Amino acid sequence: MAILLVAEHDNETLSDQTAKALSAASQIGSDVDVLVAGKGAKAAADAAAKLAGVRKVLLAESDALAERLAEPLADLVVSLAGDYDTFVAPATTTGKNVMPRVAALLDVMQVSDIVEVVDAKTFKRPIYAGNAIQTVESTDDKRVITVRTATFQAAAEGGSAAVETIDAPAASDLSSFVENRIAESDRPELTSARVIISGGRALGSEEKFNEVILPVADKLGAAVGASRAAVDAGYAPNDWQVGQTGKVVAPELYIACGISGAIQHLAGMKDSKVIVAINKDEEAPIFQVADYGLVADLFDVLPELEKAL
Amino acid sequence: MKVLVPVKRVIDANVKPRVKADGSGVELTNVKMAMNPFCEIAVEEAIRMKEAGKVEEIVAVSIGPDKAQETLRTALAMGADRAILVKTDDAVEPLDVAKILKGVADEEKPEIVILGKQAIDDDSNQTGQMLAALLGWSQGTFASDVELSDGKAKVTREVDGGLQVVELKLPAIVTTDLRLNEPRYASLPNIMKAKKKPLDAKTPGDYGVEVKARLNVLKTEEPAGRKAGIKVGSVAELVDKLKNEAGVL
Ligand SMILES: Cc1cc2nc3c(=O)[nH]c(=O)nc-3n(C[C@H](O)[C@H](O)[C@H](O)COP(=O)(O)OP(=O)(O)OC[C@H]3O[C@@H](n4cnc5c(N)ncnc54)[C@H](O)[C@@H]3O)c2cc1C
Ligand SMILES: Nc1ncnc2c1ncn2[C@@H]1O[C@H](COP(=O)(O)O)[C@@H](O)[C@H]1O
Repeated sequence: MAILLVAEHDNETLSDQTAKALSAASQIGSDVDVLVAGKGAKAAADAAAKLAGVRKVLLAESDALAERLAEPLADLVVSLAGDYDTFVAPATTTGKNVMPRVAALLDVMQVSDIVEVVDAKTFKRPIYAGNAIQTVESTDDKRVITVRTATFQAAAEGGSAAVETIDAPAASDLSSFVENRIAESDRPELTSARVIISGGRALGSEEKFNEVILPVADKLGAAVGASRAAVDAGYAPNDWQVGQTGKVVAPELYIACGISGAIQHLAGMKDSKVIVAINKDEEAPIFQVADYGLVADLFDVLPELEKAL
Repeated sequence: MKVLVPVKRVIDANVKPRVKADGSGVELTNVKMAMNPFCEIAVEEAIRMKEAGKVEEIVAVSIGPDKAQETLRTALAMGADRAILVKTDDAVEPLDVAKILKGVADEEKPEIVILGKQAIDDDSNQTGQMLAALLGWSQGTFASDVELSDGKAKVTREVDGGLQVVELKLPAIVTTDLRLNEPRYASLPNIMKAKKKPLDAKTPGDYGVEVKARLNVLKTEEPAGRKAGIKVGSVAELVDKLKNEAGVL
């Protein structure tokens, strides 16, 4: 039977996390439909229709779906369940919020954060902050899956699927949207950046963080990440956190500055192609995963690095 | 109003888990165990609600082996009023945990259930959302702030792009993110007092749930290792290596 991929988008643009989750979905089976739920989201639906491997795009629009709150979106997915046996979403905060609700309504045990498709019912997923990889086989009639997108290539463009408008279920009064506090930024997104530079507790203040990390990021066209310690201390916003409970990233180049390398941080970045660590403690565990380590004071070497680029 | 706080006993967050040589799982014997950090945050949040006069009673519940009593005693020592152990020696998947918790919620009738956003052993991040679905309640996941006022909870959620604020009709499910609060340590007198607080023992069957895994674990293995590379002596050398050896600049 067919697969329904729940798209990640912000109504205007389709996130490349959708294209990455599509690659995983296409490894599970060939009949993949994409659900774009939102409001004023035609452009995102058109973008999904252009991805190679999409059979058709379902566009559902309503006020209740505008912010993709879990309650109405889960109801919508469940209302379509008769036509599908597999439900896939990228493991974004939206996917993580909605899909377990779908799974419970379908009486299915979700497979979270898959990093590999073994076959249509068998998947690999990290547990214990990536310290172990489990291979699990689902025995349910239907499967609900979230995809850790860092390990899948984005599906290419080249498709020309039809966009079909479908009805949205009636709004539920369980929850309502108040506001988004989303920082506008010209930098690339962490989850799709080619280069990431991250700062840790060593930065000491928001001012210092901005003063030494951001110029290097600008030179490199890099996204900016942070350790939990840096976020907790208010040096960086929460959506910059990389790790077990933040974002999982796999850029070509990851530069960790003043980050010790706790397992929870490594869980979010150890699949990067090349890792650089700058730390003044040569015993810091981050050096055990770094391809290039520089034992130095970051306040000395980051300005130097910025000039050298 | 009453708050229900499900707490899970897991490997201590500071211990590096070891995969068993035969690939059957992660070594749990003789390993330090503790309350899941996100559940500590959930207990703390409930206590703060009680301290603010918005909540009368906090009930902690854990599903697991006899030893999970220790985790419940920790919750009681922090400030929970009573505890329920739903005893089972089987590994219980989030869907069954949610079904058992639904049974507990049907009996206890809390107005809010605060769970951790994820258990750091299975890293599932599912149970709260599933419980919300089974109860037909609203959900505020990954919370970094919760405000209660007349029949509603305003929840600030940590989302990929920043923060999202939603308003939930009570009863509701909240799951905690790291920055919701900093959990307190239980003081020695409170640890002593906790020994006298009520702890009920139940079984999954008491809630009509037969624990049955839906996911067959075929194998548990070490992740592909990563070897330490080289140390460079200067910024110039680093830039040279990144350009000419790694080809990433
Ligand atoms: C449940 C749970 C979930 C977690 N999730 C995450 C997560 O998602 N992401 C995450 O990052 N952490 C997470 N953590 C926290 C994690 O365990 C560590 O506490 C955190 O990563 C430490 O951050 P840090 O490396 O910046 O700070 P520290 O460990 O304090 O390291 C600072 C480093 O900076 C170096 N340094 C100091 N001054 C300088 C200088 N001038 N120049 C160069 N180097 C310097 C020091 O040598 C040290 O190595 C989690 C923890 C728990 C319990
Ligand atoms: N066995 C359990 N007993 C009590 N609470 C649990 C149990 N398993 C999960 N939970 C709750 O659900 C949250 C999320 O767990 P999970 O969905 O497994 O990542 C935890 O932080 C707990 O609050």
